[in-house]
Amino acid sequence: MVLNSLASKKTIFYDSHIAAHGNMVPFAGYLMPVNYSAGIIKEHLHTRSNAGLFDVCHMGQILIKGKNAIPSLEKLIPVDLDALKINQQLYSVFTSPDGGVLDDLIITRWAEDCFFLVVNATCKDQDLEHLKRYITACDISLMPHQSLMALQGLRAVEIMSELAPEAASLQFMHGCCSDINGIACYITRSGYTGEDGFEISVADEYALELSAHLLSYDYCQWIGLGARDSLRLEAGLCLYGHDMDKNTSPIEASIGWSISRSRRTGGSKAGGFLGSDLILQQFSHGVKKRRVGFVVDGRSPVREGADITDSNGQIVGKITSGGFGPTLQAPIAMGYVSEENSNEGSRLDAIVRGKPLPIKVARMPFVNQRYYRG
Amino acid sequence: MEDVVYTKEHEWLKVGSDSITVGVTDHAQQQLGDVVYVELPDLETEFVAGDEAVIIESVKAAGEITIPFDGVVVEINETLVEQPDLLNTAPQTEGWMFRVVPKDKFDVSKFMNLEEYLAYVQDGEQ
Repeated sequence: MVLNSLASKKTIFYDSHIAAHGNMVPFAGYLMPVNYSAGIIKEHLHTRSNAGLFDVCHMGQILIKGKNAIPSLEKLIPVDLDALKINQQLYSVFTSPDGGVLDDLIITRWAEDCFFLVVNATCKDQDLEHLKRYITACDISLMPHQSLMALQGLRAVEIMSELAPEAASLQFMHGCCSDINGIACYITRSGYTGEDGFEISVADEYALELSAHLLSYDYCQWIGLGARDSLRLEAGLCLYGHDMDKNTSPIEASIGWSISRSRRTGGSKAGGFLGSDLILQQFSHGVKKRRVGFVVDGRSPVREGADITDSNGQIVGKITSGGFGPTLQAPIAMGYVSEENSNEGSRLDAIVRGKPLPIKVARMPFVNQRYYRG
Repeated sequence: MEDVVYTKEHEWLKVGSDSITVGVTDHAQQQLGDVVYVELPDLETEFVAGDEAVIIESVKAAGEITIPFDGVVVEINETLVEQPDLLNTAPQTEGWMFRVVPKDKFDVSKFMNLEEYLAYVQDGEQ
């Protein structure tokens, strides 16, 4: 995790976290809960079987409005925004001129010429600068005084069907304006745990009241960043700054699927985004290394930074995320390996405390995703 | 004579008639969080004070337990390998880690008693 020694800000939920015995640490410039009194494993399992509420106010919520929003954004994001319906959303990335990834994000179409982006906390200021540098004809702003929370897990929909039935019938990666007990909010069926769930954007002044409504269900509780990390790892999802960054391309990061068909070679709007020459060349001709998942022999977790070696002891890659999967009751990891070692089933070693520990390339997600697709 | 003494590394040492039992304190397990893996030393390992004796991995981090005196490992708690969460649920009883016969006469005055240890923990939190 990225620790930040700068003065830490507090989200609107800070006092709620303290009341729930949150173990608060500086993260991306904010004091955030790693876990509460239940601990990471129980919080993780609770989310999978019940409902968990995550404070994600530290993430950036950016609004982009203007006549040229689509062609402007398509220069920075390799998706087809004309094809995106109002209230529909996509996972994508900001590519860099040399084909790397500047951040990953969720983009939602709010209106014909208006888009809502959720970006990583650690990147939000840099993302805003990037947008303003390349897009001059649109209004671009980091939404001030706007909170964001994620309600995730098997029973999240039960809560939503009582509080906001219109949101409970949304399909994965769709959103709607809603009203929960008189509080206006924007709800999407999305999240980063691999479970069904919702993200709720609401004005700061109503955020606490809304969280109280959600937490009034006895099967819904606060979940910290620790479980958020183990849930997304089991779901095979990338953590920006760890599993991909400006030095890895989307193809190397194994998220080439997120590039819209029309933006790929031969498509109606092929290329035309930062780094597209290199990225599309890699899409067609392959890459030298790529991100894969690993299962580990035994119980010892393999952590970020561990070298990966082949049977000759040659270094062929590096672990970028690793830990213990509470649902699987086993250590899991992801990392980059050379293409020839990246096939499912490839047997390799991770160097842990100076000793080789057998690992095997495994299919991701490690735990089946349960997104609601209607 | 104190029966159990404590180290600055948050270990407890239970002084028996011929060996010392080593474990981690409740404060240590709280700091570690959910323990998922414990690697114990081999029997008959001869340790010098300061050697790394046990590796503990929690969901969020890895930690090492060092031994604060010279001695030979005579028993390990193999239950911990299958049930590493005993370190969280019973750190000062069933979650003991290993027993050592000290090389020299064991000097309890080098360590803290419970009262001193609790004061030490409190200082660390301020």
